[in-house]
Amino acid sequence: MVDFIMQPWPWWFSGILVGLTVPLLYFLTGQGFGISTSLQQIGAMCSPGSKLSYFSKFDKRTGMWTVMFALGIVIGGFIATRYLSAQSIEFLPESYLSLGGAVRLLAGGILIGFGTRYAGGCTSGHAITGIANLNWPSLVATIFFFVGGLGVTWGLGRFIF
Amino acid sequence: MTIKTKTTDNNDAAPANRESASKQKSISALALTMSLLVGVYFGIVLTKSEVVRWQRVHDMFMFRELHMYLIIGVGIGVAMVSMLLIKSMQVKTIEGEPIVYQPKPFHKGVVIGGTMFGAGWAITGACPGPIYAQIGGGAWMALVTLAGALLGMFLYANVKSKLPF
Repeated sequence: MVDFIMQPWPWWFSGILVGLTVPLLYFLTGQGFGISTSLQQIGAMCSPGSKLSYFSKFDKRTGMWTVMFALGIVIGGFIATRYLSAQSIEFLPESYLSLGGAVRLLAGGILIGFGTRYAGGCTSGHAITGIANLNWPSLVATIFFFVGGLGVTWGLGRFIF
Repeated sequence: MTIKTKTTDNNDAAPANRESASKQKSISALALTMSLLVGVYFGIVLTKSEVVRWQRVHDMFMFRELHMYLIIGVGIGVAMVSMLLIKSMQVKTIEGEPIVYQPKPFHKGVVIGGTMFGAGWAITGACPGPIYAQIGGGAWMALVTLAGALLGMFLYANVKSKLPF
């Protein structure tokens, strides 16, 4: 049992727990599962009095839950790495721990921030919660997540990885 | 206390859905605390499932292993059954509020933004959740990914009105 927890978790166990996040969050907080909205919340909090409707029309008080959720994920990552893992976890490959790696991460990060906000969600809000609720635009979004990911991996990837 | 929200991105997609600043409803301290706790749970799941590793994401896009596809697939299935149960049993939140899914609308950004995000996911090996989990796990380079994501969000906020919608 302890060994099961300390090793990387199998797909079926992980999948069930990922899926349960949706009802857990609805039941305990009343909020729909989604993570990229936290970026908008941080933007709105950093820009008080902004004339941009993206920030001024955003409900920052309710949006606070997204930052709390994100903070929780940071703490969860710490607990899992420090206390629940038998071996150390290689988050990023060696090649990313360099100046070139930092440039790639920054560029990729910009694509994530811009893309998720433009699409209105990421893997959690669109792929998992959206498809689970049979929301067809979320299925379209998920298909294009893979169009972008496969396009980079099989196309440009040869130059960047 | 009420926690009816329109936090999602759809806010700006459909002007009719916009909640005016004057009508903002507050969120309870209990809901905020629970958000933190569910975040801790999800952060542990993301890390222990190895969804947070660049290599796993790369192997998914290379079709080398099914790990990620299976996790996302099972996750969708479990979430779908949960939603059916919530609807049929009319489950309420712990604060007695009805549970309502807010559909995300279709627009051109779903395609263009979706493709951009997918590209970023492949390059950084992280979607937004894993960025936070990587930082917590001590992968300091993920702070660069987060900085990029915030930069991308600010960029979007500034050019939003000029983008095809």
